[in-house]
Order: sequence, then structure tokens, then C-alpha cells
Amino acid sequence: MSANDLPILSIMLAVPMLAAIACLFAQAELARVIALTATLFNLLFGVWLWLGYNPAGDQWQFTESASLFGPIGWKLGIDGISLMLIMLSVFLMPICIGASWRSITTRVGEYMAAFLLMETLMIGVFAAQDLMLFYIFFEAGLIPMYLIIGIWGGAERIYASYKFFLYTLLGSVVMLIAMLWMIQFAGTADIPTLLNTDFPVAAQKWLWLAFFASFAVKMPMWPVHTWLPDAHVQAPTAGSVILAGVLLKMGGYGFLRFSLPMFPEASANFIPLVFGLSMVAVVYTSLVALVQNDMKKLIAYSSVAHMAIVTIGLFTFNQQGIEGAIIVMLSHGLVSGALFLCVGVIYDRLHTREISRYGGLSINMPKYALLFMLFTMASVGLPGTSGFVGEFLSLAGAYKVSTWATLIATTGIILGAGYMLYLYRRIAFGAQVNADAAAMPDMDSREMWLLAPIAVAVIWMGVYPESFIAPIRRDVATIVERVERAAPAGDSKLKAKDPTTAKYRVGGHKEKSAEGSH
Amino acid sequence: MDLNASLFLTRSEVILSFSGLALLLLAAWRADAGRFISILSVAALVASGAYAAHFMAVETDATAFDGLYANDAFANFSKLLFYGAAAICLMIAPTFLEKAGAMRAEYPVLILFACVGVGLMVSATDLMTLYIGLELNSLAAYVLASFVRSDGRSAEAGLKYFVLGALASGILLYGISLIYGFTGTTNFAAIRAAMSGELSLGLIFGIVFVLSGLAFKISAAPFHMWTPDVYEGAPTPVTTFFASAAKTGALALTIRITIEAFGSQQAVWQQIIIVVALMSIIIGAVGAIGQQNLKRLLAYSSINNVGFLLIGLATGTEQGVAGMLVYMAIYVAMTLGSFVFLMQLQGRDGEQKETFADIAGLSKTRPLLALTMFVFMFSLAGVPPMLGFWAKLAVFNAAVAAGMLPLAVIGIAASVIGAFYYLKVVKVMYFDDPADTIVASDDKALGWISGAMAVAVSPLGYLAIPVLGVVTAQAAKALF
Repeated sequence: MSANDLPILSIMLAVPMLAAIACLFAQAELARVIALTATLFNLLFGVWLWLGYNPAGDQWQFTESASLFGPIGWKLGIDGISLMLIMLSVFLMPICIGASWRSITTRVGEYMAAFLLMETLMIGVFAAQDLMLFYIFFEAGLIPMYLIIGIWGGAERIYASYKFFLYTLLGSVVMLIAMLWMIQFAGTADIPTLLNTDFPVAAQKWLWLAFFASFAVKMPMWPVHTWLPDAHVQAPTAGSVILAGVLLKMGGYGFLRFSLPMFPEASANFIPLVFGLSMVAVVYTSLVALVQNDMKKLIAYSSVAHMAIVTIGLFTFNQQGIEGAIIVMLSHGLVSGALFLCVGVIYDRLHTREISRYGGLSINMPKYALLFMLFTMASVGLPGTSGFVGEFLSLAGAYKVSTWATLIATTGIILGAGYMLYLYRRIAFGAQVNADAAAMPDMDSREMWLLAPIAVAVIWMGVYPESFIAPIRRDVATIVERVERAAPAGDSKLKAKDPTTAKYRVGGHKEKSAEGSH
Repeated sequence: MDLNASLFLTRSEVILSFSGLALLLLAAWRADAGRFISILSVAALVASGAYAAHFMAVETDATAFDGLYANDAFANFSKLLFYGAAAICLMIAPTFLEKAGAMRAEYPVLILFACVGVGLMVSATDLMTLYIGLELNSLAAYVLASFVRSDGRSAEAGLKYFVLGALASGILLYGISLIYGFTGTTNFAAIRAAMSGELSLGLIFGIVFVLSGLAFKISAAPFHMWTPDVYEGAPTPVTTFFASAAKTGALALTIRITIEAFGSQQAVWQQIIIVVALMSIIIGAVGAIGQQNLKRLLAYSSINNVGFLLIGLATGTEQGVAGMLVYMAIYVAMTLGSFVFLMQLQGRDGEQKETFADIAGLSKTRPLLALTMFVFMFSLAGVPPMLGFWAKLAVFNAAVAAGMLPLAVIGIAASVIGAFYYLKVVKVMYFDDPADTIVASDDKALGWISGAMAVAVSPLGYLAIPVLGVVTAQAAKALF
């Protein structure tokens, strides 16, 4: 039996949903077990989905359609890009539950329910094929995250939760109006149809800006990134992991799924804006990260810098750039999630995120220091780790469009090395100045089980990225072909026309899908 | 048209009127039979509602009494809505009023008469029927507001409502007289015909006065000042009735008069409606932020919601009206639910609690109760996946379809201001330390009702969208 025979996406949405309801009524210990079981099941379903996915098959696979809600169609389906992001979500979820196993002691049932609900909504965002359904999943994610930050967060949690909610809501509501306009223009809310609808160029500009308002906040791009450091710092560890790991990817996914293929002309038109903001973000937030005393804040600012590389890569309009951007998203999801977990490990012991309270941890916590170094290097973009692959590809793509933007964005890697290595030095090396930090025990097996899978994935993605690029290649080519008519000339004066994209043309894919309809 | 046919078409009102009169007689002999009479009143509402549903099902579209009264899908849909709301207001009241020492048989009877008034309002196709219906409803409402005579706040609410309501009625009546004077008729269709072409100054004034009077009745800014005071002072079941049934009726009346009577002059009233809508959204949202009393907060929330509803009216299209009706149906459920939540806030000595301080940390001490309010608040804020999102979507979709993009963008951006205070309720219930002052309510029916409403506006409510879409489209079509 293959995954194609079941409504597997609906099942993946239903499993955490039902588990969430069960958790609401369960005692603490039982709720933990239910949550872990449900997320592991979903991980299995995710693996099955990946195995069942045919990179040469139809563009949209595992499609489901039901008209339960009148105008809001229950339409699900995934392409390679969605598949990778769903995999990221289901992979991080059990780790999040594990990370909260001991550190969350109050209202455990509700906590687990919020996380499971979050998982349903994240999968929904990446699998929705109806514009309204997408919006519902996209927006509904605010509610559980608001609760996670507000109930289980740090001292300033209430301010942070409000800021998170209102910032992202304000960004999104304007997008809703644009969506309504698009549905009326095209006469359908079906995303695959809309992807091939040519909107008038004059209207594209406004639609693009409306979508930009939402995705830029979600991403987050400078200067609307200020909610992120607050939310990250106040959220519990697992909340930060899911926020950095998956929620930020929704912005990039939105650009990729909507802004680029639906409004190619407007996207090309706004390249200077996107590149400009991204360049500022790379340099500015890296510098800000350099002076942070709070570990979580430092990683939060580094997220903004990394996401700026994603936006640059997305708006290059070529195969490498977009593939690179997707790999950066996946890599950043893993690496920043892992870094937040690393912070969580020592936070659970000393209950402070102050960098100066630690030092010399490589002496008393060697296993921890080793893993932390791996993720630090991955964040910097060391070859052999996932960070390198993505950043290299997206900057290579960007070079074809704007050499200047690439030059400035590349400084982000140097600055990234600066703040990450500086962070690592202050925490892991040097003298053991604080007695309580020096007395901390090394990681226990639970913490190893949380970090080791991510380490494996990070190295896998760094050494053999083909596993992750293969499913997305054709879908990226589809997008590239769609936006080609508006692609910018670029200032790098390429001698030969880039042959990489042409190989994976949609035309070829249509033939393939015709013969592959077994 | 003969009398029999007219009486047949007005059957819903006839049943309610005679039930009201009969129950009034019964009340004269059995003054302590409040509960019994409430049950009979609910039965009467159900009977009337059954006829309204029947008329709706057979798609009746006729006028009675020589064009004074319309029995069409629009009227019947509105009736179903507020009969349902009124029935719930009857069910939740007895225990509450008994505690306040005010459970008298007049309560259900007054609600019935108010419903007759609202029924006439939504069916009115003539300015005279409209006014009679409105006043019948208002007179009952004034008495209801001050129903707990021993409570100073209730008496104050009644007086305030009466004085300001009388003023608004005066304004409305003056507008009616201007319209009658300049068109020579009180019939909606005839007014519409007489209004085609360039409008005289007198008619413009007439329209402005009529709309001002109605804005008062639906508590739209800038005629909203009475709302927080009256909502706070009136006994909570009565407030629930005002915010749900009475408001639905007044809104339906506003829709009918603007579309049927002033429909040919959209350019004139559209500006007024747009300004009123945006003012209501913003004043409702900003005014609510500082409130400590939850009833006042909900009063501002209702002002805010009227603003969103009026965006549908501003479009002047069939889709806009259908969107409003969807909104009204969902709004009634959310409002009923949140007021019933308030009624369940019972202190240790059986007293009613209604401030933010009382619900602090409620999710720890009374998780299910807090969960219902959680659903209502996010639904009122229009955050998906709650059903309130669909309500907002329906009116904004109509606005976008009518090409009123700036209005839609401003309106939806202002909804974020509103989200702030809805979030505050959730924050106080979920993030703050428990005050632990709320005990389980004596009236178990309240829990069931608010629970049912919470399920209705939860994501499960989306299953009702197809039905709601068909019914509201049918209702809106009757006006065009």
C-alpha cells in the first residue's frame, strides 16, 4: 500500500488535532506521552509521504478535494517545496515535545495541546491548495503561539505575546483583502489555477505589496523584524525552536508560492526594494547580534540576517538562487532550532541566558561543546554543513542579478562567523569563571536524543544536499519558467546562457507526468 | 387584498401578539408564575419561528395590508434570527432575575411584545409600519432596561435609554415627515420611485435624519453614547436581548429602508454609511481599550461590530446584504455566548462579577468556562479559524466585489485595533495569576447555552457555511 491510496495529508492534519483535544483533558504525564506519540506518528507519516513522493510525477501530488465548507474548499496537495517544509515541521515537532519534557511543569496538557495544534496548522499552511484555506491555517497559527509565549514564556512574556500577535495580524489582514480581490478576478480560489493566472500588471503592484506586508513581517525582514527578538527571548525553548524552525519559513514559502509566480512583473519591479532591505538586514542585524549579551537574542538577530539571505535568493529569478533560498530555509530551520535547544540545555541548568554567566563549558560539558560547535559552524556556513550549501547557492544566484547586493550580503557570512564564534568562545572556551556554570553536568541521554538527529540532518544536508534538492528542483524550475518573462537582466554579464534551468522545464515535466500516470 | 390573506401573511406577529396578551392576562392572576410564563413564551416564539421557517421554505414573497407589510425571505430570515435570540434570552433570565428579586411575569411578556415590534420593523415596507414597530420594540425595551427596579444602575439605564431613545425617535420621525412631505408617500417603493433623479435639499435632510435616528437604534457611532451605560446598567439577560435580538431587528430595518426606499440614491447615503461604519469601527475599538467592566467592553465591541456590518450595507449590493446577514447570524451567536459567559461569573456569595479583576486566571480555576470565552473573543476579533472570521470575510468580500478597496483596507486594518482588547480578555484569563473568585454558577442551563454557542462559532461552525450561504442569498435577493 502506498501513501497515494490514503488521504494522507488529511490524516497528518487530523492526528495532531485529535491528540491536542486528548491532551486538553489528560494529566501531565499522560499528555506528554500522547503528544510524543502523535508527533512521532506524524513523523512516520511524513517519511512515508517523502518515500511516496515522485519527483518526476505530477506537479501536485497527494491531492485531496472536498467541498465541506461552501466557498472554502478543503483542497490539499503538495509539491516538492511543500514536501520539504512539511518534513521540516514533522521532524522538529517530536524534538520540541522532547525539549519540553522536563522544563514545562505547569499546565502541561494545555501546552502540549497548543503545540500539537501548531503542528496541524503548519502542515496545513504548506499543504493548502485553496487560497482561503491557506489564509485560515496561516492566521490561525497566531493563536497557539500567542498562548505558548504568553503562558509559558519569560518575565516580559505579555508584552512579547501582544507584539507578536498584533504585528503579524496587521501584516496579514491587508493580504486578505488582496486575496479576496484575486479570487474575484480569477473566479477561483484554487492555488494551482491562480499560479497560472496572469494578473494585470497595474494590479500586481498593489497585490504584491499587500502580500509583502504579510510575508515581510512573518519572515521577518528589516525593519519589521522587531517582534522576533522579543518573541524569541520570551518564548519557552520549544516555542523558540518552532518559531525559528518553521513559522519563519511561512514568510519565505509565501514569497515562493504567491508573490513570485503570481506577480512576476511586480516582483521584478520590487527587486531593488527587497534587495535593499535584505542588504540592510544582513549588515545591520549581524552587527546588532555582535553586541548582544543575551544568547537567545543573539540567535534571534542571526535569524533575521539568515532570512535576509533567503529573500535575496528568492528574488534572483533563477534556479540556483531559489534552490539556495529553500535550502537556507531548511538549514536555518534545523540549525537555529538546534541552537535554541543548545541554549535551552544550559538555561535549564542555570536559568539565565546571560552569556557572561557561562564560560569554559568545554571542560565540564564536552559533549555539549562538541554539538554546540557543530551547530555554530553550520550557522556560520562552514562547508560540509547545511549552511554552506544554501548560502553558496543563493549568493551564486544573486550574483547573476546584482553583484553589489551579493557583495554586501556576503559580508553577512563574515559577520556571522564573527558573532557566532564570539558567542562560542565566550560560552565554551576560556577560564571557568563562574563556579555554578563550571559545576553543570554534561548532557543527559534525553538531550542527546534531541540534538543528535538534528546534527545528522545538518551534516547530511551539507555532504549530500542532492537528497533535499532533488524533490524541489523541478518545482523551482516551474517557478523560474513562470517568472522568466519578467526576469531582470542582471549586471554580471554572463557569457553563456545558464543551461541548468532549461533541463527541468515544465514542458519536460508535462511529458513525464503524461507517461508517468500509472 | 382581503383581510384573511393579510392575516395569514402576518401570522408570526399575530401568534406573538395574542400569546403576549393571553400571557399578560395569566400574569395578572398568577404574578409569581414567571418561569411558567417564560416557558409558554418560548413556545410562542417557537411557533412563530416555525411559520417564519415555513414561509422561508416555500419562498413566500408577498405584501399584506395594501403594501404596509412584507412577508419575504429577508424578513423571515431576520425573524428566525431574533426569535432564536429572544428565546435564549428568556431561558437564561429566570434564575438571574430571581436572584435580583425581579423575576416577574412581565419579563417574558415584554420580550414577546418587543419581538412583535421587531417583527413589524423587519417586515415594514411603509414608514408608518416601521415607526409603529420601532416604538413597540422601544417601549418594551425601556421598561426592560429598568426591570430590576431596586438597582440604581438599572433604573438609571432605563431612564437614559428612554430619554435618548425618545430623542432618536424624534429625529427619525422628523426625517420621516420630511420624506413624506417631499415625496408625498410613506410607501418604500413609492418613495424610491419619487426619489429618482436629482434630490431636493429637503429629501437629503430627510435621509440624513432617518439614518441618524436608525444609527441610534443600532448604536452606531456617532450616536453610540448611550450604549455602554445602558448595557452596563441593564440586567444582563436584558442587555443580551438588546445586543442580539433588538440589534438584529434594527439592523435589518436599516438595510430594508436604505435598499428599498433610498435604493435609487445610493450616492447620497453611501457616504453617510461609510463614515458611520468607519467611525463605529474605530470608536468601538479605541473606546473598549480602557474599560475595566466587561459589560461595557462588550458594549463597545457591539459598536465595533456594527461598523463592520455597515461596510456590507455601504456596498449597496445584493452580495453586501447577504454578507451582512451572514455576519448578523454569526454575531448573534457570539454575542449571546459572551453575555451568557458573563452571567456565569458568580462570586462566592452568589453575587454577579463583571470586571477584569474577577476573571484573572480563570483558565486555571474554571478551564471550560474560560475556554468558551476564549472562543468568543477570538471569534469576535475575526481571527481564523473561528467562525467570526467568516463573518468579517463575507462583508469584506462584498466590499471588494463592489470595488470599495480603500474602505475594505481601512476597515480591516482597524480591526487590528479591536483585536487588542479581545486579546486582553484572553490575556487576563490565561496569563494572569488566578483571582479565584468565581464559583460554579447555580444555573446549569447557562453552561449548556454558552457551550453550544462556543461550538457553533468554533471551527466546527464552518460546516454550516454552505447552508448559511444559501439562506442568506435567498434573503438578500428578496430586497433587490
